[in-house]
Amino acid sequence: MSNPQQLRYSKEHEWLSGAEDGASTVGITEHAANALGDVVFVQLPEVGSTVAAGETCGELESTKSVSDLYSPVDGEITEINEDVVNDPSLVNSAPFEGGWLFKVKISGEPGELLSADEYAAFIQS
Amino acid sequence: MTDAPRRTALDATHRALGATMTDFAGWDMPLRYSSERDEHVAVRTRAGLFDLSHMGEITVTGPQAADLLDYALVGNIGGVKTGRARYTMICEAGGGILDDLIVYRLADQEYMVVANASNAQVVLDALTARAGGFDAAIRDDRDAYALLAVQGPESPGILKTLTDADLDGLKYYAGLPGTVAGVQALIARTGYTGEDGFELFVRPADAVALWEALTEAGKDAGLVPCGLSCRDTLRLEAGMPLYGHELTTATTPFDAGLGRVVKFEKTTNNGDFVGREALTAAAERAETRPPRKLVGLVAEGRRVPRAGYPVVTADGTVIGEVTSGAPSPTLGKPIAIAYVDAAYATPGTEGVCVDIRGSHEPYEVTALPFYKRQK
Repeated sequence: MSNPQQLRYSKEHEWLSGAEDGASTVGITEHAANALGDVVFVQLPEVGSTVAAGETCGELESTKSVSDLYSPVDGEITEINEDVVNDPSLVNSAPFEGGWLFKVKISGEPGELLSADEYAAFIQS
Repeated sequence: MTDAPRRTALDATHRALGATMTDFAGWDMPLRYSSERDEHVAVRTRAGLFDLSHMGEITVTGPQAADLLDYALVGNIGGVKTGRARYTMICEAGGGILDDLIVYRLADQEYMVVANASNAQVVLDALTARAGGFDAAIRDDRDAYALLAVQGPESPGILKTLTDADLDGLKYYAGLPGTVAGVQALIARTGYTGEDGFELFVRPADAVALWEALTEAGKDAGLVPCGLSCRDTLRLEAGMPLYGHELTTATTPFDAGLGRVVKFEKTTNNGDFVGREALTAAAERAETRPPRKLVGLVAEGRRVPRAGYPVVTADGTVIGEVTSGAPSPTLGKPIAIAYVDAAYATPGTEGVCVDIRGSHEPYEVTALPFYKRQK
């Protein structure tokens, strides 16, 4: 699997895009989606709510388990992906594209985020 | 003692297929090869191939093999005809379930007991302890067999291309020795998926050749390799209990709604068997003061109940506990098996919820199974 070079990554397996229109897009990586198995339910933070880096802001439920969703950055939620709420399998089929989860207006410099190559090395270790 | 997981004869095959592996009862087993949902659907509509070599086989032979099994297990094993199989249980003296089993009668004086991987040692020890005074021998055959299962509506057609055995004459819960793809096998029409299918007990040295032959023979019919993840959702839809979830030592067969497997009218050993007294009391209790009952729950929403989650009324009063839960690929909704107070066990009972991490999600009480195949 390949991790897009233009994205940054957290050790909790989220990806973060550069800021477009003031907000960055967050999703989970293909590695994380594969590890979860078929995702069947997503609970996303509410638009307008604030999230903190490394803290729980939702849930991802797969056939076999439930996992917390973390935000990679501090910020305010500006949009959530309604398509993925209606069809959670998008997280598996297109984790870096149609399976994005939410957009966040970053309020503080993100903590420790990895480049694509650093993330690839991290999941190998 | 070593903590290294055990590997089946098909381990390299699973890895070559890219399986996600998981520890299961001390074995490194395939969880899934691709999508567990696709594997589930393949078994319901076409065919799936499973490696079940972790299951524990124990052979019981001798003039009093039947008498021993009648004494050690709750079923009427002496009444099983050669070539047939029976679902049964082994209980503690106090009535608690040690394991659920399938017993095949291979010959007049030879039986194969198949135990769950997690309980194989417990079953072997209990059988050995209960064998005193019987002219019968117990053999640990856990390493003597690999077990492959072909399950799904296309499985008879696939198997027929590889064997001359009389599959049409092989009934459900029956087994006969034969040759499949040139490999000596015990061919059994059993499974744990709710579909028609076969389980093939073979020598471990033959497992890879048989797996490859089945894969090739099933290609046009859409057979895919399947892991333990879809096996769990298949058995859950079919309402089949799983040891450690619906069945435990804290549960008698009557508590699990499976009292029918207990046969008090045995002709051997003057009707005596381990657990008889306690199970007689459990049967009466189930009649007069029904304990919690095993029911099906179907979600109205999308959140998935998990084993151990409380079943509650809308005001939060705990009325039971989920024992197994998963999204059902066939129903398209989350389903669960749960023990609930008898007052809430009638299908259609209103106001039953599952506490899913603090949120009370409404569920419909239904009878089991959730899914029954069309014959």
